[in-house]
Amino acid sequence: MLIRRELEDYVPPPMRVTQQVLSTAARVLTGATARWVDCQPDTCQRVYFANHTSHLDALIIWSSLTPEIRALTRPVAAKDYWEKGPVRKFISSAFNALLIDRKEIKVHQSPVDLMIRAIGNKESLIVFPEGSRNTDSQMSDFKSGLFYLAKKRPDLELIPVYIENLNRVLPRGEFLPVPLLSCVKFGSPVWLERSEPKMDFLRRAREAVRRLKEV
Amino acid sequence: MNALQHLAFFAESETVPILQLNLPTLVLFGVVFGLLIIASVAGQLMKRQSESSIHPAVVRTFNSRVLAWWLLCASVALAFLFGRSATIILFFFISFWALREFITLTPTRLGDHRALFWVFFVLTPLQYLLVWWGPSHYGLYSIAIPVYGFLFIPARIALSGDYKRFLERAAKIQAGLLICVYTLSFAPALLDLKLVTYKTADGSSALWTDGSPAGLLLYFILIAQLGDVMQYLWSQLLGRHVIAPEINASRTWEGLCGGVASTTLVGILLWWATPFTYWQSACMALVIAVLGFAGGMTMSAIKRDRGVKDYGTLVEGHAGVLDRIDSICFAAPVFFHLTRYCFSSSV
Repeated sequence: MLIRRELEDYVPPPMRVTQQVLSTAARVLTGATARWVDCQPDTCQRVYFANHTSHLDALIIWSSLTPEIRALTRPVAAKDYWEKGPVRKFISSAFNALLIDRKEIKVHQSPVDLMIRAIGNKESLIVFPEGSRNTDSQMSDFKSGLFYLAKKRPDLELIPVYIENLNRVLPRGEFLPVPLLSCVKFGSPVWLERSEPKMDFLRRAREAVRRLKEV
Repeated sequence: MNALQHLAFFAESETVPILQLNLPTLVLFGVVFGLLIIASVAGQLMKRQSESSIHPAVVRTFNSRVLAWWLLCASVALAFLFGRSATIILFFFISFWALREFITLTPTRLGDHRALFWVFFVLTPLQYLLVWWGPSHYGLYSIAIPVYGFLFIPARIALSGDYKRFLERAAKIQAGLLICVYTLSFAPALLDLKLVTYKTADGSSALWTDGSPAGLLLYFILIAQLGDVMQYLWSQLLGRHVIAPEINASRTWEGLCGGVASTTLVGILLWWATPFTYWQSACMALVIAVLGFAGGMTMSAIKRDRGVKDYGTLVEGHAGVLDRIDSICFAAPVFFHLTRYCFSSSV
């Protein structure tokens, strides 16, 4: 009950309606169903990391969460893309996206530092460690951000997420969606082992996402 | 109906039949809901019984099927209340969703994206728009997808420049469109038939005024769904010889014969809701049951090829819409044409 009251202070009602409309529209369009495979929805601080295949990815993961969790979860997105034009700006502000500048990365202002500062000890993140969207069905290698995130904040739960079929709904370079049915699968949390090398961890994390494909 | 009158200029001189729900149709609805209540009660009783007598998976399947029928019947009843346009819109949405399931499980490539957009947002609505336009467009809506859609889809895919497995991809999209949209659109097209009956004193033909085309559509859906159930039940009771174990292990010759025979019997019992005489109704039910079987087998074969059990596997273990309507899809065009050529004055 306490959490609920806290949240009501947190999200202004008009924004909550907008969020509800956006997430419902996204789910209807993509027929997305959420499957919690070895994991349960929770408001604890988490980092959802997923394969990146479509512009709708962040919106879909965010929509698959319950309203309570959604209010505490911020997708990490590219500033240059989401600040172009009023529609993108509106959508990114509606789902409370954390926009990261990909071009100007300064010392002490690295994306990971920005993320950690932004979430404080309350919010969760949605990240796409592949960096950019891949065109074929193969996942690319993970960038190191996830590793540093886990290293600096070992208390965060890292949840692998596999998004199925969304690249067929809205593939790269297309602007008209085809309403196929997609699926978002949440797997069991991954932790950074003590003194685990960066490459090993990133490979393990990628494998955790890939394995959800077969579930 | 007001909206229809406003848009009457589309139909010009043509009179669009208004959906009348007269006594036989209402009684038929009563029968359907009565059967559903019995099925629901039976499902709950089975659930309460100990697990030793009936396999729990069978009970779960049965109960989820009953729920699906409730949804189907309730939406058909609601659509009938709102009239002809609402019924056509309902079938459009069923087609749209079934096509969604079909294409989701069909491997397509990036090059098919634009073609698929046309299939979903132009060809599918167009087919139902033509049906809605009225019986004078029968000629057009019966060839729109099989001829023009057939030509359009491969041409649009070719424009994308991806030739890998070209013919296979085009054929899969065409098959999806034909099964999910084209065939199903003949079910609401039944509403526009000017039905003729031979149930007269001297056996000559006369306009059928006792019932309504809406009742005939309901009769068709009921027989098709009952055909499914009867075949399943007979298979469970006496099934010995599986027809094609690689495709569907639960469909047996005993189930087919018993199912078709009992569906035919139901057809005879429901003759009063149709323009058919006893034996005509029996023949119609027989045809619907056999085609429903053919539909089930065909869709099973496609599913086996894709390695899934149900079309709705992406939707949390529920069977999909397509799993429920495969028998209706296959039987609809044949039932429509039999009725149109033998029991209607619009030819």
